[in-house]
Amino acid sequence: MDHILIAVALVLVAAGATVAVATRDPARQSLVLAVLGVLLAVLFTVLQAPDVALSQLAVGSALTPLLLLLTVRKVRRRGQREGDDE
Amino acid sequence: MSPRTRAWLVAVGGSGLAALLVAACFGLPEFGGDSHPYGDRAVEASLAHRTANTIASVNFDQRAFDTLGELTILFAAVLGCVVLLRQTRDEHRARPRPAEVDPPVRRYALLVLPVALLTGLYVVAHGQLSPGGGFQGGVVAATALHLLYLGADYRALERVRPVGLYEVGDAVAVSAYLVTGVAALLGGAAFLANTLLPHGTFNTLSSGGTVPLLNAAVGMEVACAVVVLLARFLDQAVEIEEESGT
Amino acid sequence: MDVFAYLVAAWIFLAGCYGLATSRDLIHAVGCLSVCQSATYVLLLAVGYRDGATAPVFSDLEPGARPVVDPVVQALALTDVVVGATVTALLLALVVQVSKRHGTVDPDELSELRG
Repeated sequence: MDHILIAVALVLVAAGATVAVATRDPARQSLVLAVLGVLLAVLFTVLQAPDVALSQLAVGSALTPLLLLLTVRKVRRRGQREGDDE
Repeated sequence: MSPRTRAWLVAVGGSGLAALLVAACFGLPEFGGDSHPYGDRAVEASLAHRTANTIASVNFDQRAFDTLGELTILFAAVLGCVVLLRQTRDEHRARPRPAEVDPPVRRYALLVLPVALLTGLYVVAHGQLSPGGGFQGGVVAATALHLLYLGADYRALERVRPVGLYEVGDAVAVSAYLVTGVAALLGGAAFLANTLLPHGTFNTLSSGGTVPLLNAAVGMEVACAVVVLLARFLDQAVEIEEESGT
Repeated sequence: MDVFAYLVAAWIFLAGCYGLATSRDLIHAVGCLSVCQSATYVLLLAVGYRDGATAPVFSDLEPGARPVVDPVVQALALTDVVVGATVTALLLALVVQVSKRHGTVDPDELSELRG
């Protein structure tokens, strides 16, 4: 039973990682990474690592995507302004 | 390098790496196996120091020196971000206008904020007893503070978040960790050895000797670091603009 | 099941590497790097897993009553999750600087600028 749960979680994580890499638009990718963070937290919980799961949940699903989105916003805003100037 | 040669290089290198990794997978100890010599010893050592959460014991007692290294990386990374994302001479600040927030969003954010903040502090405080600790609780508490940005606006966030204070807090927390280590030296033991305080009663808040102290220092450092990082990135994304026409 | 967990970790790592090598946007590359990073956590925790064991937290568990999984690898992964995030932030700060200096975040255009 444990092994089935772990196998399902592993497949989900592998799929999530593949989608995250294949998503070329960084704004969309950060959302996929947030989902991947939650999936990893689930995997770590079934692997009996609640500490790491908590850490991953806080960082992977909130902090990293937020930082990525803020960077996207900064870089895009620059691009737009340059477009306006021309 | 042309894209074609690069694609070839990636394909050759990637398949070589894949072959090596798969070969290594078959050489690893069996998944779910019963032989974990280091794990068993870590559990024994943790119970001997009356720390209920073995992971906290490994991080802040048995491998406390390693955690000091991690803290240094964290501190250096934050320092690098602060230097890289400072306001340069050819940039100016544009005050963002207060934005209207949907009442349901505002209500929900302001309702959840204290709960999330308290959860973060609880997770830090109970690090040596239950899953959690300074690293996780610090991130939770710091991100909880930013619900204010969702619920109210950027100015409200700036009022409760004097960044300078958090930068000082970051440095103070690292120093606290170091001072605890040096205190063990003064007590005649090794650097960061857990001999300073009585180990206390198993499964209470004060158990584990210096583990709760180091845990609290890490919690403060991580919380301050995350607040400073997000403040710098928010500054760049929301406020700082380049002078036009330069 | 014997090596499946390890193979998944290898797959995640390789997928992240592929994304890094073919990325056309530095922000996307940083995202791929964090995917690579998560592969190491999966590998570490898979090595530390023990069949029928529970988490190594004894606040509501009699010591010795049940086998526990390896706490050492968990401690390694735990600290790296948080520290890795701040390193990601440092990389993103570098990306912001690159975009300010060169006006682009496409690695190919950047190497053309230099050449």
